[in-house]
Amino acid sequence: MKADEKFTYETWPAAPEKQTLDGKNKFLGFWLFLGGETVLFATLFATYLALKDRVPNSDHYLAKDLFEIPLVFVMTMLLLTSSLTSVYAMYHMKNFNFKKMQLWLGITVLLGLAFLGLEVYEFNHYVHEYHHTFTSSAFGTAFYTLVGFHGGHVAFGLAWIITLMVRNAKRGLDLYTAPKFYVASLYWHFIDVVWVFIFTVVYLMGMVG
Amino acid sequence: MSTYAQKKGVGAVLWDYLTTVDHKKIAILYLIAGGFFFLVGGLEAMFIRIQLAVPGNDFVSAGVYNEILTMHGTTMIFLAAMPLIFAFMNAVMPLQIGARDVAFPFLNSLGFWLFFFGGVFLNLSWFLGGAPDAGWTSYASLSLASEGHGIDFYVLGLQISGAGTLIGGINFLVTIINMRAPGMTYMRMPLFTWTTFVTSALILFAFPPLTVALFLMLFDRLFGGNFFNPDMGGNTIIWEHLFWIFGHPEVYILVLPAFGIFSEIFAIFSRKRLFGYSSMVFATVLIGFLGFMVWAHHMFTTGLGPIANAIFSVATMAIAVPTGIKIFNWLFTMWGGSIKFTTPMLYAIAFIPTFTMGGVTGVMLASAAQDYQYHDSYFVVAHFHYVIVGGVVFALLGGLHLYWPKMFGTMLNEALGKVTFWLFLIGFHLTFFIQHFLGLMGMPRRIFTFNEGQGFETANLVSTVGAFFMAVATIVLLINVVMTIAKNKKVGGDPWGDGRTLEWAIPSPPPFYNFKQLPLVRGLDPYWIEKMEGNKEMTPAEPIGDIHMPNNSFVPFVISVGLFIAAFGAMYHNEHSWGIPVLIIGMLVVFGSMFFRSVKDDHGYHIHKEELMDDDKGGKA
Amino acid sequence: MANEELNSGNPKVDIEYRRRKSAEEMRYQVVSFAMMIFLTFVAFIAVGYDISGWFTIPFILVLAIVQVGFQLYYFMHMSHKGHEAPALFLYSGVFVAFITLLAFMTIIWW
Repeated sequence: MKADEKFTYETWPAAPEKQTLDGKNKFLGFWLFLGGETVLFATLFATYLALKDRVPNSDHYLAKDLFEIPLVFVMTMLLLTSSLTSVYAMYHMKNFNFKKMQLWLGITVLLGLAFLGLEVYEFNHYVHEYHHTFTSSAFGTAFYTLVGFHGGHVAFGLAWIITLMVRNAKRGLDLYTAPKFYVASLYWHFIDVVWVFIFTVVYLMGMVG
Repeated sequence: MSTYAQKKGVGAVLWDYLTTVDHKKIAILYLIAGGFFFLVGGLEAMFIRIQLAVPGNDFVSAGVYNEILTMHGTTMIFLAAMPLIFAFMNAVMPLQIGARDVAFPFLNSLGFWLFFFGGVFLNLSWFLGGAPDAGWTSYASLSLASEGHGIDFYVLGLQISGAGTLIGGINFLVTIINMRAPGMTYMRMPLFTWTTFVTSALILFAFPPLTVALFLMLFDRLFGGNFFNPDMGGNTIIWEHLFWIFGHPEVYILVLPAFGIFSEIFAIFSRKRLFGYSSMVFATVLIGFLGFMVWAHHMFTTGLGPIANAIFSVATMAIAVPTGIKIFNWLFTMWGGSIKFTTPMLYAIAFIPTFTMGGVTGVMLASAAQDYQYHDSYFVVAHFHYVIVGGVVFALLGGLHLYWPKMFGTMLNEALGKVTFWLFLIGFHLTFFIQHFLGLMGMPRRIFTFNEGQGFETANLVSTVGAFFMAVATIVLLINVVMTIAKNKKVGGDPWGDGRTLEWAIPSPPPFYNFKQLPLVRGLDPYWIEKMEGNKEMTPAEPIGDIHMPNNSFVPFVISVGLFIAAFGAMYHNEHSWGIPVLIIGMLVVFGSMFFRSVKDDHGYHIHKEELMDDDKGGKA
Repeated sequence: MANEELNSGNPKVDIEYRRRKSAEEMRYQVVSFAMMIFLTFVAFIAVGYDISGWFTIPFILVLAIVQVGFQLYYFMHMSHKGHEAPALFLYSGVFVAFITLLAFMTIIWW
């Protein structure tokens, strides 16, 4: 089966992302990469937890002084919803409906951008209101590293999805592009998985004290 | 795109290697680059031994000694042992499972170039203000205090080459899971493939902690971070944990493939199937699993407390069990076999007592209470050289002789090979056996000199003499390589005559598509099975058909150059205004070429059935 | 729920079947999304009301793990066939992650 073969709704396979050997490899390789990413983020979480509230003197704000429920809640909702919209995109991918897939991916990107915007606002807020900066304490360094790594993943994911959307706008779906979209959506879900732990461990547990 | 069967000029060959995605050529690149760094690391080792030959020596200063010592360890582990192991994995593993290539040929090439540029970056430190000087472990309390840019070279260089290794690990895993030939079940995979599999899994989980540790160090040194700075609430122990969560699995990443190579050698030259195959597989997986639960035995003396020390102590000792299983299986493989004492077999036989000694001192060190006595003494130096040289380097040298014909189509000279072996073996034991006693007498490791009358003179001199034996052995090996290349006497597909696994069933070197028809695997040691039934070659599992091949690509090289440039920018951004722009330019090159890669369609090409048929008549591919 | 080996020999029937299957799956996914939102609410509320940390922290951690389970098994399709190797490696990663976290919570400071 050639990767750039043209398909119709009828001939489109049930699992297009795993139809070719290249697709299968990409699928598995990406899951393995996510296994490695799990360890990477766990290490960052571990470092954060070890250094949480470790500041040089009592002039510095601690986790329970910094975090506010409403902002984090909105960010969480944005990212969770973007996870659902990318599920919708993959649903339409499997039904060979390219236009709807692009639409839902577009919504995912917008939600992701909104999330990033709020994160930038949040960081800015901490720096200017609380003087909680990357260099002000070990706590600050660990906080910005963990949350920033996640933010970096979000930014990379957005760039990736946008590139895919633009690049394949004309070509549409085939067995060469389907695995690419599928893998990008896996990445996006994984970003959400990490965020679930960030809002729980960093923000909620931080507010509990 | 038929690039085969033509004589090519030097430029074309060079371009071919710069852009190649063929696992066999990438293996050769790894072999050359890893071999080069092995010589560099060996030279550094010689400087260490010359400096320590006599008391109060001033061959090098204390500062330079620290740099040499750091670079010796770092180079040998990251830039020599790992790539040389990757060379054999690339050269042999896809052939052993009957695959036409690895799962991600492009990423394979990217992995190599990342490693290469990371290694070059690290070694450029010698010419740009001094090498790293905090030991290969680079403990934060030392490395934050280290002046100049040595440690920055360490951090950035290892970050780049570490990314390459991680990519390689994922690639091998997917290849083994998805691309085995028909009939090649997991429990029919040759042991070298099994160890490649487990090693790759260890790479997948052990390298992320290193990546994070290096990032934290980078932030602390260059971007004002406070992870390891106690004045700002940081904690220097965090580096030690992260480093060893990576560092201990790293030991198994190195030694498991070595076990795999020896398992192949024992079976081939005893002309018997490997004894206890399934227990070997089990032991390999178990070692990989336990490897993640013992890292703190490197940190007994940091004061983790008796409970943590006891747990890590017991877990460490437990590793002796699967290792013991392996040692006995190798012995039983030889028992009753008709043994041929070829050069690879000599290395394998010498490996058993040597490695066992390293293992026994390992169990001694695993006892936390005793470790307080041995810690940071030459006893530790002797121990890990017994396992790493006795295990890994012996395997690399044995594997080099074993697989040279498969990689290049010629045989290394057996007589010279045996000279190398004996010189190396004698030199090795002369150098390191006596270091156990130096350690017990109280000589600390990493010390740049010692005084007269401390009782260390004779032992150190003996040790240095041994090092020269190993140096001569290496020179003989190089002569052997040059002579073999000059003679260029071609051999057939199964030059040892007793090959058991699939790689020996195809020509040496294999055609670039490896298998014209994928072989049908009917059991463990498939080629041996066919031979025993009187067949000359493997039964094909498919009719001759078109073969899909990936296109060459220059993008991996460019991505790696981009990171190389960016690393300079990051390093100098605090004192030069061009730092940040250079960092940005480098990253633009990286992301630009990634973007180019994803935008450009690359479907590869097909070798047509007719061309494959022609190959048959026309001879060599 | 795997819809890979659906072959009745009649492409029309296959398509019908597959379409219904994926619509059904979509329903599951919407339900899991609703559950995830609900769990998030509960977690935020639990923190909003000042209950003892001894209860709140384990509680919200469990909620997070359940939510991630939904994400992995429904959104990322790990409940489908053909995810054995991904599951093996993901859980191995989780194992290493757990050990690392445990160590950093217990033996970093003393």
